Amino acid sequence: MKTRDLMELAGRNLREAMLRNALTTIGIAVGVASLVAMLSLGIGLQKLVMGRLQSSGLFDRVYVTPRPVGASLSGRGGGRGNRGRNQQDDVPTPGLPPQLQPPMKPLTSTVRKQLAAMPNIVSVFPELRFTADLRYGGTGHVTSASSVPFEARGTGQFDNITGSFFSGANANEAILHTDLAEQLATQGNFKANDLIGQEVTIRYPERKPVEAPPNQRPQDIVANGEFGQGFTIQSADVKVKVVGIVSGESAGPGGFGGARIMLPLELVERLNAVQGFDVREVVANPGETIYPTLTMLVDNPNHVQAVEDAVKQLGFGAFSLFDAARNLQLVFRVFDSFLLVFGSLALAVASLGIVNTLVMAILERRHEIGVLKALGAADRDVRQLFFTEAGVMGLVGGILGVFLGWGIGELINFALNKWLVSQNLTPQKIWLVPLWLVASAIAFSILVSLAAGLYPASRAAKLDPVKALRYE
Amino acid sequence: MPDTRPDTQTNQPALRTADVTRHYAMGAATIRAVDGVTLEIARGEFVALLGTSGSGKSTLLNLLAGLDRPTSGEILAHGTNLAEMSGDELAKYRSLTVGMVFQSFNLLPRMTLEENVELPLRLAEVERGDRAGRVQEALKRVGLAARLSHRPAELSGGEQQRASLARALVNRPTILLADEPTGNLDSRTGEEIMNFIQQFNQELGMTVIMVTHEPRLAERYAARQFHMKDGKLSANGDAQ
Repeated sequence: MKTRDLMELAGRNLREAMLRNALTTIGIAVGVASLVAMLSLGIGLQKLVMGRLQSSGLFDRVYVTPRPVGASLSGRGGGRGNRGRNQQDDVPTPGLPPQLQPPMKPLTSTVRKQLAAMPNIVSVFPELRFTADLRYGGTGHVTSASSVPFEARGTGQFDNITGSFFSGANANEAILHTDLAEQLATQGNFKANDLIGQEVTIRYPERKPVEAPPNQRPQDIVANGEFGQGFTIQSADVKVKVVGIVSGESAGPGGFGGARIMLPLELVERLNAVQGFDVREVVANPGETIYPTLTMLVDNPNHVQAVEDAVKQLGFGAFSLFDAARNLQLVFRVFDSFLLVFGSLALAVASLGIVNTLVMAILERRHEIGVLKALGAADRDVRQLFFTEAGVMGLVGGILGVFLGWGIGELINFALNKWLVSQNLTPQKIWLVPLWLVASAIAFSILVSLAAGLYPASRAAKLDPVKALRYE
Repeated sequence: MPDTRPDTQTNQPALRTADVTRHYAMGAATIRAVDGVTLEIARGEFVALLGTSGSGKSTLLNLLAGLDRPTSGEILAHGTNLAEMSGDELAKYRSLTVGMVFQSFNLLPRMTLEENVELPLRLAEVERGDRAGRVQEALKRVGLAARLSHRPAELSGGEQQRASLARALVNRPTILLADEPTGNLDSRTGEEIMNFIQQFNQELGMTVIMVTHEPRLAERYAARQFHMKDGKLSANGDAQ
């Protein structure tokens, strides 16, 4: 028979035993709903946790250090908060004699460009830190300032900002840590939020190069032929507008590394504030900026591993927290499989309903099957007819089930958020039904239904037409 | 789809059986429902198959219809042996070469007349566009063209049997097998049905094999009679 005829006859048969087939279909719908509900819970929770971690900016970043791993890790050992004063190139690898220390490759601005040219890299930026004196309302606060790349806007670190993010990568603007803002507010007797839009002065140590004629400084020719370069440090001022106030909490683990004033990276580079690392440049490698560490922002956490490997190939140290994320994903996979198994149980029970319904239908339609065969139906036609009926029940049940599962999810989401709000907690979407889940739930439902139809269909097909015709 | 009916231009008889048997196992005993039947029916012939109930005449008809397979022997329809056909080939034979009518009509009760008559066309995968015309034509031939959308229960017995004749006719088969076609009808309606069958035989050239237990009908309509008893032919092909 042609597909359209099969569908028409199957549809007619399904309508004729409306109640029974509807109940069977609802059974499948409940099975699919439980599957969808379970899995969307798993997916939603995973998304929530991974999203939280990702917005912390830890999982899409590769930290590059001048020395291959082993030596370089000790440079980060103190955590991000200490990076400003920790110059790792002089930290020896424990247990190794000095002559066996891995060679150090300085992270020059050339290296920075080289890293930025690698595939899947959004940007490569240093973290510049300097000690600053913030002057506002006649008083000064000596604190730590750090650079923030413009790309950090999208990472979620500044999602909970009061005010706004920098208007440009080079803007004369500052974002203050809440701690500092509160401190200023208490002293000046105003509200912290009143600082937004105010102009403050930042006094900082500016680095000024000292040009020395090479012929007068033969002792500066070092072994590798490079010149050292001297510089002086002067006090300098810059006026910036406070555009936002942000708490360290929203930045995820590590906060902003102890910095209280956040300035756009390009502004900091322009200021030429003196870095602890700069002392090194006095004795070696002039003409190029050297960074203590570089942070590479990767477009997708899935590319982090490849980037990390590529950087190591270049002879630098590279480090990311992606491994931790991967373990977490594994945990979720296991969790999801459990949910899948329990969700499938209901569908398995529902599939027995299909078997039952179709076997009943064979008994009822025995005579009809005999007539069909007498009129020229092959075994195949009868089998396909029953198969189609099972498939249609699976399709309709699957669609209904997805809606039902989605509804249950929305309901639980609603109730949960009501509770969360009553507990003064932030509402969360722990329920997520992605399109692929909808599609695969329906496909799975059809598949299970067809499998359930296998036995009844072949039994119907094998009916002896002579006996079936005699049966009234 | 291409017409796969056996070549109707050959000189082969419509149906020929050679020593056909059909045995059933009933516990330890074997029931010989059809026991060594050899017969030949020419094309365009009208034959009657007579016998008491249990004589094996319906079993023989089912064998000729391709609904059942013989235990041994040959059944040749237009020269092709049914015993050697695959299940699909037999289905095609039932669909295109033979048309069947039954004592109890066997119309599907939940379908309209039009749908009932369309069923063989669906099974034979006839193009959709051709179907309505052929259903109309078949129902017109039996005088039911006006009752397309009625269900079987809304019709009299005679009308139901006429509808089932239309259904048997719609695929334009060459052989009509009728199993007690008037058994459930009063004699006047029965005669009406018999006249239609005779008309198909004479006007359409269909070969007709009719199972009946009424010698009167056989004598009146059939050119030859086969009498069956205990699975065997007792009198072979007496001309009327």
